[in-house]
Amino acid sequence: MKTGILIKNGRLIDPAGSIDRQADVLIRDGVISEIDGRGMIPETGLDKVFNAEGMIVCPGLIDLHCHLREPGQEDKETIKTGSEAAAKGGFTTVCCMPNTVPPVDNAASVSYVNEVAAREGAIRILPIGCITRNRRGEELSPMYELAEAGVMGFSDDGSPVVNTSVMLRAMQYAGPLGLPIIDHCEDLTLSGSGLMNEGDLANILGLPGIPSAAEEIMVARDILLAKNTGIHIHLAHISTKFSVELVRFAKQHGINITAEVTPHHLTLTEKAVGGYNTNAKVNPPLRREEDIQALVEGLVDGTIDLIATDHAPHTITEKEQEFALAPAGISGFETALASVLSLVHQGTIEMNRLIEAVTVAPAAMLKGRFGKLGAVAPGYSGDITVFDPDREWRVDAAGFVSRGKNTPLNGTTLKGRVMITISRGDIAYMLEPA
Amino acid sequence: MAHEIIETNRNLSEIIMMGMRTRGVPLAERLAANIYAYEAAQISVGVLDFSLYRDDLGSRDLQPVVKSTSMPSGIDGKVVVLVDDVLFTGRSARAAMDALIDLGRPSAVKLAVLVDRGHRELPIRADYVGKNIPSSKEEEVQVKLTETDGLDEVSIYRKGETGKNR
Amino acid sequence: MIENNSQPASQTEAISWTRRHLLDIDEFSTAEFDLVMKTARVMEDILSRPIKKVPALRGKTIATLFYEPSTRTRSSFELAAKNLSADVVNLAASSSSVVKGESLIDTLYTLEAMGVEIVIMRHPLAGASHLAARYARSSIINAGDGAHAHPTQALLDMYTILKHKPNIAGLKIVILGDSRHSRVARSNIWGFTAMGASVTLCGPRSLLPVGLTSRNTVYSSVKLETDILRALDGADVVMALRMQKERQAAGLLPDIREYVTQFRLTPERLDTAKSDVLVMHPGPVNEDIEISTEVAAGPHSVIREQVSNGLAVRMAVLYLITGGNKK
Repeated sequence: MKTGILIKNGRLIDPAGSIDRQADVLIRDGVISEIDGRGMIPETGLDKVFNAEGMIVCPGLIDLHCHLREPGQEDKETIKTGSEAAAKGGFTTVCCMPNTVPPVDNAASVSYVNEVAAREGAIRILPIGCITRNRRGEELSPMYELAEAGVMGFSDDGSPVVNTSVMLRAMQYAGPLGLPIIDHCEDLTLSGSGLMNEGDLANILGLPGIPSAAEEIMVARDILLAKNTGIHIHLAHISTKFSVELVRFAKQHGINITAEVTPHHLTLTEKAVGGYNTNAKVNPPLRREEDIQALVEGLVDGTIDLIATDHAPHTITEKEQEFALAPAGISGFETALASVLSLVHQGTIEMNRLIEAVTVAPAAMLKGRFGKLGAVAPGYSGDITVFDPDREWRVDAAGFVSRGKNTPLNGTTLKGRVMITISRGDIAYMLEPA
Repeated sequence: MAHEIIETNRNLSEIIMMGMRTRGVPLAERLAANIYAYEAAQISVGVLDFSLYRDDLGSRDLQPVVKSTSMPSGIDGKVVVLVDDVLFTGRSARAAMDALIDLGRPSAVKLAVLVDRGHRELPIRADYVGKNIPSSKEEEVQVKLTETDGLDEVSIYRKGETGKNR
Repeated sequence: MIENNSQPASQTEAISWTRRHLLDIDEFSTAEFDLVMKTARVMEDILSRPIKKVPALRGKTIATLFYEPSTRTRSSFELAAKNLSADVVNLAASSSSVVKGESLIDTLYTLEAMGVEIVIMRHPLAGASHLAARYARSSIINAGDGAHAHPTQALLDMYTILKHKPNIAGLKIVILGDSRHSRVARSNIWGFTAMGASVTLCGPRSLLPVGLTSRNTVYSSVKLETDILRALDGADVVMALRMQKERQAAGLLPDIREYVTQFRLTPERLDTAKSDVLVMHPGPVNEDIEISTEVAAGPHSVIREQVSNGLAVRMAVLYLITGGNKK
């Protein structure tokens, strides 16, 4: 919308600029054009005026970790449906993991994703390239070629890079590129055939468990690699108390490490798996109350830098199988913001820090390479999210925009609703009035 | 009833009284006691549980707990007198006969009931009846016995009045 | 002891069985256990007659759906159903059809469309019978799902013990062997602890359950013991589990010989237990591996009785499920 969109009467929270006040925002020609006090911006000649009374206005949310499944697994999701679901969840930029079929380990695959995204994406989509060819963990992928084709970083997610020397070589090789290397921390020999968090509940259900150590050992390994090389590693979806302590230790020692956490690991325990609920089957698994507490504390004190959804859609048929056979993953875009807002409602985290974790912090990892993102300031990309923090709504997975209906939150009531999402100056999503 | 049984059976030692659970059991014992009082003849008494032979498994609101059957001796060649409190549709008697046949081969089977309230759904008749009480289908006939309920009483009431269906 | 009707019942007791399915015994009340025990006692009587059949389930169709091979449990259920005059159809799916081919739910629908009212399921994956129950219009009886549960085994084990001991409460029961991977052990833990016994799991640490930490589950009252003599000391019941050779292949044990030297139930080791100890085994027994032949055939052993009790208990379960108040 080139003449402009005005968001008026909202509470503008922009952590990058330390702003938290009533303000109106004008977006024009794809960028943020003006920010001014209430009523100061004229409304004439605009494409859209949105009344954000009682709502919070913030930079468009950025998700560094999601799975869009295209190419190759379009039954689960496509770039189109995934980006529309993300927009509904308030996201204006998402980074999609390369564990597609074929995987994104060459320039042609990157171009494919970029082209489809440009044609059909509702929001900005940044591809992530593989660390190793075919994600097999043996040979390095052509990382310079991938960088030139436009990846925002590298990851073999879905899988860890098992061989330490391979990881070390990847870091040394790609270090100069300055793009984040993201590791999925899992020692496969310890997680084995595990299907849920190791503990009492796993015993009662007769399911093999995944011990916390399976994650912590790799976290420790990656921290040491970062220490020895000085090269940055970003830890995907950490889930245990001791992982948080390891990261805190590392940061205290100036080691170049960052970490992310998912909304489900911040809010759900292993109990969600009770009765063999495959919609709660996820990797890393949902853990215990004390892990949640440590993760929340880690997010609050900055040990954990940001929140990422790990949106992982699967088809209904796949999830409707015996627990051991159902694939792991939660379709998280559409519930992400509301579920982490519960922490603000509970008083365990401040609204400012929460918004920072989904805007400024992920933007920092992108280092301005893909535009000016993560803040509401003149000249920045016209990415804005407006949400009503108190509005209650019932989660109905069947009505999800995403093809993935796999959420353990189905049927629950959440508090906090995205009202409008503006991406690159266009309305990507707007909640229709009832 | 005891007198009728005495009159119509030549050889009392051939008789086994089988009380149909639950209230048939004390009735059988009373009959045996009365026969002994009148004739000094010892009649064997057994207990028959016929739950496993019912034709209504799974369709009633409350299923009775299945208990065991006990017989003082084999029933082959004996005259078995089934004893129950109320004869109504006849289905219990039919189930009891099936149960009996799986236990052996009696020379004859007779049926003694305290109350016959009519409304047979099967061709069953009692050989010995304490009292005929005509009733309508909307009514319940309930027998209470000292041994099981603390008092001896036969009552008729409309279904739903005491809230319990038999 | 299983007392039954030595005194005439005062009133017709109504069944307190309300479960449509029997997936596990995790939440059974003592009243429910009692009911199964009493009903099984009656069934045992029927099995002692020349004609072992009663018409209680006449006209009902029961299917056994076994994704894991098993002759004993399957024939036990089949006979139980036939003794109650039900019609039985047996489906043996090879384990490859678990991964490809007709899904569990589709198979279930097919059976129900053919009029099957009870499905007896055995499956290599935990939670399979829960999955079936979620979609079933019929009744599902779990005959074993992965390492999770084997409810009828636990019920027949309980019944067997009650034929020899006055109560389960207060007994020291030892489960010897690979309890980590054993659905028999898990179900028995629920049953025995609910009835007030103490349970000790004995075996090499790599074959005992992992991560038993929190206070509030049944597992918090279960003891773990890696020394067999300490475990057997004063035991009232010893249940030996079958040692699967696959465990060695999976690297959980160095070899079977080590297991045998440390944990085989021998007459000498059995002496540590009480003089009237019961020796049990879910079968089939690996002679001279988990239990020496002498003990398996000895005076303390009730292993063969478990099999006949299994038939009575399964008849009881089929009867109760068919007749129970499903509302």
